[in-house]
Amino acid sequence: MMGGSASESAYRVLMGVLESRTGQTLSPNRIWRIEMSLKPVMQRHGIADLDALVAGLVTSNSRQLLDDTVDAMLNNETFFYREHSVFDDIANNALEHIRTINARTRRLTIWHCGVSTGQEAYSLAMLLAEQEAKWAGWQIDIVGTDVSYHAIARARVGLYTQFEIQRGLPVQRMVRWFDQTEAGWLAKADLRRRIDFSVQNMLTDRPPLASSADLIFCRNLLLYFSLPMRQKAFARLRAMAAPQSFLVLGAGETVLGQTDQFVASPRLRGLYEPADQQVRRPDLTRPLAA
Amino acid sequence: MSKSCLVVDDSKVIRKVARHILEGMDFSVEEAADGQEALTYCRANRPDVILLDWNMPVMSGMEFLTVFNDLDFGFDERPRVVFCTTENSIDHIRAAIEAGADEYVMKPFDRETLEGKLQLVGVA
Repeated sequence: MMGGSASESAYRVLMGVLESRTGQTLSPNRIWRIEMSLKPVMQRHGIADLDALVAGLVTSNSRQLLDDTVDAMLNNETFFYREHSVFDDIANNALEHIRTINARTRRLTIWHCGVSTGQEAYSLAMLLAEQEAKWAGWQIDIVGTDVSYHAIARARVGLYTQFEIQRGLPVQRMVRWFDQTEAGWLAKADLRRRIDFSVQNMLTDRPPLASSADLIFCRNLLLYFSLPMRQKAFARLRAMAAPQSFLVLGAGETVLGQTDQFVASPRLRGLYEPADQQVRRPDLTRPLAA
Repeated sequence: MSKSCLVVDDSKVIRKVARHILEGMDFSVEEAADGQEALTYCRANRPDVILLDWNMPVMSGMEFLTVFNDLDFGFDERPRVVFCTTENSIDHIRAAIEAGADEYVMKPFDRETLEGKLQLVGVA
């Protein structure tokens, strides 16, 4: 038995739906939560149990039911400044490096792939907004994408509960960038306007980027993909990465044994760079020819 | 060496919950039931961080903070102060920051929230 009281075939269908729609697979430790995760969906659609839900997915043409089901099975876990040392490294090192590389174009493009409900993208936006003088005259685009339309809708609104707003966000930034409302803590318009959020399946859709990305965040997403899907995902990320760019993965994630599209950055520990960038860069350690 | 935390709250239950969480994070924990007790403790000891309630009998958290700010810790760094209170309005939060609080936890809180805030002030 894979999960709760539903038939094994129901779980298999649900896992198949998730994989075909998002590329993600359910790890064994998430399978048992399916029934709990889908309970609100079943209530909303007046469905009695998982078997009936699967029957509904197979026999009805309800796009809403399909979207809601897939959404509920995704893990949208995120919080502000998740692993805050990563954000310190980006502020102090990666962004400085990009500033030097792009000094001529004065353009900075950041793609947050798997942005979920937006907290980490807002974290980046706050960092950059607080360095406004440094980035004066630059065109900065931050694009957040996710396959979950519920998550993207929440990210766009920028409204967070008391629990969410306290997770990782320093209080000084909270009072500077968020307003307290009856419904929760709302990102100020000046912060919200700095990010474009959109629904996107990274395996099949092109992200809405005006130019290739200098910094790509893709954290704690690829671990939900099977190896072949992960390799495809890395290729998609590489296709959108500027030649001299950085990729940021989650703390437990690596490119080793996963892809040859990216390699560990020799300059910035914990970040990754496009592999072919290594070939094009001149070797500054070699003495100049006489 | 484990870090130390002074939990200042008139609620025995909250002190117990905070102690449980903090000891699980390897903190040594002392308790005070109001601002006055906390001041007496801080005049003789230097905890790494103070978890401070707002509303308490005898001396409130804000009254404590006003006097605490004038304490001399010599060459030691001033202890970090984290408000932990049901006073969750943005006006209260702003007032606490202006009075010198380093962080602010809105009750109710869980282990993860507290742990995150203690990381932000550099003691966890």
